[in-house]
Order: sequence, then structure tokens, then C-alpha cells
Amino acid sequence: MKLSPLREIFAPALFGVIVIAFWQFFVRYFEVPFVIFPAPTDIGAKLSSSIPTLYADFVQTFIRAVIPGWIIGSLSGFLVALLCDRYGFLRRGLLPLGNLAAALPIVGVAPILVMWFGFDWQSKAAMVVVMTFFPMLVNAVAGLQASGHLERDLMRSYGASWFQTLLKLRLPAAMPFIFNALKINSTLALIGAIVAEFFGTPIVGMGFRISTEVGRMGLDMVWAEITVAALVGSAFYGLLVALERWVTFWHPSYRK
Amino acid sequence: MKTERAESSIVPVSVIVLLILVSWYVAAIFMNTVVAQPKIDAAGGGLANTINVSWSLDRPVIPAPHQVVVEVWKTVFTVAPWKVKSLVYHIWVTLSSTLLGFVLGTLLGIALAVAIVHVSILRRSLMPWIIASQTIPILAIAPMIIVVLGAVGITGLLPKSIISMYLCFFPVTIGMVKGLTSPDPMQLDLMRTYSASTSQVLWKLRFPASMPFLFASLKVAIAIALTGAIVGELPTGAQSGIGSRMLAGSYYGQTIQIWSALVAASAVAAGLVYGVGGIERLVATRMGARP
Repeated sequence: MKLSPLREIFAPALFGVIVIAFWQFFVRYFEVPFVIFPAPTDIGAKLSSSIPTLYADFVQTFIRAVIPGWIIGSLSGFLVALLCDRYGFLRRGLLPLGNLAAALPIVGVAPILVMWFGFDWQSKAAMVVVMTFFPMLVNAVAGLQASGHLERDLMRSYGASWFQTLLKLRLPAAMPFIFNALKINSTLALIGAIVAEFFGTPIVGMGFRISTEVGRMGLDMVWAEITVAALVGSAFYGLLVALERWVTFWHPSYRK
Repeated sequence: MKTERAESSIVPVSVIVLLILVSWYVAAIFMNTVVAQPKIDAAGGGLANTINVSWSLDRPVIPAPHQVVVEVWKTVFTVAPWKVKSLVYHIWVTLSSTLLGFVLGTLLGIALAVAIVHVSILRRSLMPWIIASQTIPILAIAPMIIVVLGAVGITGLLPKSIISMYLCFFPVTIGMVKGLTSPDPMQLDLMRTYSASTSQVLWKLRFPASMPFLFASLKVAIAIALTGAIVGELPTGAQSGIGSRMLAGSYYGQTIQIWSALVAASAVAAGLVYGVGGIERLVATRMGARP
């Protein structure tokens, strides 16, 4: 039983509207101090009046740090996974370490990276690379082993080379895993870039704006920045989900 | 089967670790030249002097591994655990807020999952918002949460734990929704023929069936709870905790201190995940899933 797309959006949208309305009512009725919770209308006003600043922060943090870092980190994770797949020794050696690294608080290397790469976006991009590398490595290695023995045997009976098998069978089979990693990485990347900004930045960027505005009690600006971050994060994630649907249309979870 | 696999990966893992250590030592020579070159020249140059100086700098760009080990050893074993200089003290501060946040987040996550599984209107309206809640970079607004909670009079352990909680509940909810719906229709039908009530189905069928999913989620959750606690300590100028050690180290250029805090954090993370794995095995044995 599948709901029509319109109704599927309607229920959560209604829920969101109710929450925001309740927030507005609560703040106004109980006269909650501005420094604790600004009302949604205050945030909206700030958002529309400071678009240039927000845009500059968005470019600095998202376009300069998150996107390149996400691409480099995911790509290098994928390439190392290919190497691991080709050489079993490397896989047995690297995979336990990768699993361990996935559990480590990697944001902790932020101060070190800021020290090495300077205050500007390079250190933030490096942070994103480090954070996105291991999820991609672990997922891609798992994905490359996802194709069944029967299918591999079939490829062998066709006389397909390693490369052909990779391209025609194992990469497509690995796609759900790879997209899983890409989606995890999309949220990790934003967090990594913003946290790295706490350890030193030029005077622009989402993390910088948040930490300075908190210091100045400009909570409406902080919330405006959060709104932008949430919108950008959701759009990024949604784009990946759409791409995943298009690439892995054959997967059981998308079949009608 | 399992032990055989573990044994066969010991050699590759040690080789890779060894490679990492060697390249770390080599990197320590080359990356430290900026700081070390004058001292090397003063000592008369040559390879022996280069190695001597660049592996024992006070404020290196990258410390040699043994420097980090020595620092960890000094701050863990030669200082009384309740002193501010002791690493054990900072680990304890971070660990306590991690564990509190983890427990709160797990409870919230399970409660949400139970509600979502049983109330179909919630499944449709709440689930998209739970997913959207994770696109907000909570770690980035951690400073604000701590300041706001401080303004209301909540200070100390709880604000940091709330950040951990916010990060933790998500994997638990997602995993538990999957786990609670994992019993197949035949088992649910059997419960119906027993005329079991909803709560009986929950306790006797859904919860036991969800245990593997719960523990898989808990391992993810405890790791990010620790990350949350560490980041929660950064912006507030907290006096104690692993995060504040890192921040102080980065302010004063004490690289060795940052690295030793990082090593401590990694050890705690590995220990916590291992601990959850141990509880999982215990529960599985009690439930009869393992001999």
C-alpha cells in the first residue's frame, strides 16, 4: 500500500508546521528571553536581512571546504578499497584498522590539521577528507564482495577479465554500499568542516559565525545559520538519494 | 572459523601498523625541518644529529610516536589521578558525560522506535523529521546549546550529555525500528493465535528479535557519544576533559599534548565499543543464542 507522493509529504509537513507554530506561540506567550529561544519570526527576519553574510559563509564552508573534501575523501577511500579488493593481504591488514578508525573520535585531529594546513579552507577540506575516507573504505570493500559466487562464476565462464568483471558486475553490485557511504559522508563532511573552524578561521565561515555570534548573544543569527546548514544538508542528502534511485533502480527496495 | 580469521589477519595488520610507524618516523624528520633545522645546524649537521633533534623537539610539527607514548605514560602513571595534570582525570570527566548521554540517548531512541512501530500516524509524520534532525550539524551548534542551557541554570555534566544524547538516539531509533519490525508475519500470527496483547507481543517477541539490531546500533551510538562529549568541551572553555586538553594544546602549540589526548580518546573509544561487544555476547548467551 503506497501513498501518493503528495500525501506522503503532507503528514510530515503538517507536523513541522505545528511544531513551528507551537514554538512561536510558546516563545511569545511565556515571553521567553531572546537569548534562550528567539521566535521563528525573529529568525526569519534575520535570515532575510543578512543574506549576503550567510551566502559568504556558505561559499567559504560548503563550496570551498565540504565539496572538495567530500569528493577527495570519498574518491581516495574508494580507490584504496579497489586496491584492498585486488590484494587480499592489504584488505586483511587495512580493514580491521579501518573499522577501528570508524569508531574513533576523528574530529580530534582538527587542531593538528589546522596547525599543518593553516587557518583558511585548506585545513577544513583536509579535515573533511580524513573524516570521509574510512566510511567509504569500509563500505566499498564490503560492497565489492557483495556479488554472488554464481554471478562471478558466470563472468569467469564468459572469459571476462578482472577489469571487465569489476566494471560489469561488481561495481554495479557495490553501488548500494557506495551510496550508503556517500550519504553518511555528506553529513560527516559538514560537521567536520564546521568543527575545524572552531580551531581557527579567517573571519568568514559557518562555524566561525556560529561561535562568534554565540559570544555576542546574537542567537537569531546563530539560528539563521543553523537553518541554512540544515537546508543545505538536507538538499545535499536529497540529491544523493535521487541519484541513488537513478543508479540503483534495480535494487529490491525501489522496485514497485 | 572466527579464530582462524582473526589469526590470519594478525600478520597483515602488524605489517600495516609497522609501515605506518616507519612512515610516521620518516615524516617526523621531514615535517619538522622548519623547526629543527637551526638546531640541527647548531649541533653540527649530519644524519645522526638530524634524527636526534627532530625526534625530540619540545614543540614539533609532528611528534615522533615514542614522544607521544612517553607523554601518555607520564600523564597517566606518574601523576595522581585526581590532579588536573593527570590524563586519567580528564578521561574520567569526558567518560562520565559520554556514558550519561549514551544512556539517555539509548532510552530516548528505544522509546521513539516503540512509538513509531505502534502508532502508524507517527511513522509517517515523525520519521522524516528524525532523519532531518541529523542534517543539522549538532556538533556545530554545541556551543550554543551549552550557552543556552547555562543561561537557564543547567551546567556541568548535563549540557555535554545532551549533545551526546542528541547524536546517539538516531542510530538507536533507526536500528530499533528495523529490529522491532523484524519478526516475520508467521511469528506475529502465532502471537495472535495465542491472543497475546500488544505489550506481550512487544516484550516476548519484538524485543528479543531486535537485540542484534540494538547492539549494532549501540556500537555506533557509543562511538559518536564520545565524539559529542569531546566536541561539547571545546567551545565552552571547559576546564577539564579530553576536548579541553586538545583546545589548550592547540592554543599553546603543545602538539605532544594534543596527540596524547587523541591517543587517550582513541583508547577510550576502542574500550567502549569493545565493552558494548562484551555485553552483546553476554546477552546473546543469556538468551540462548550462543552456547
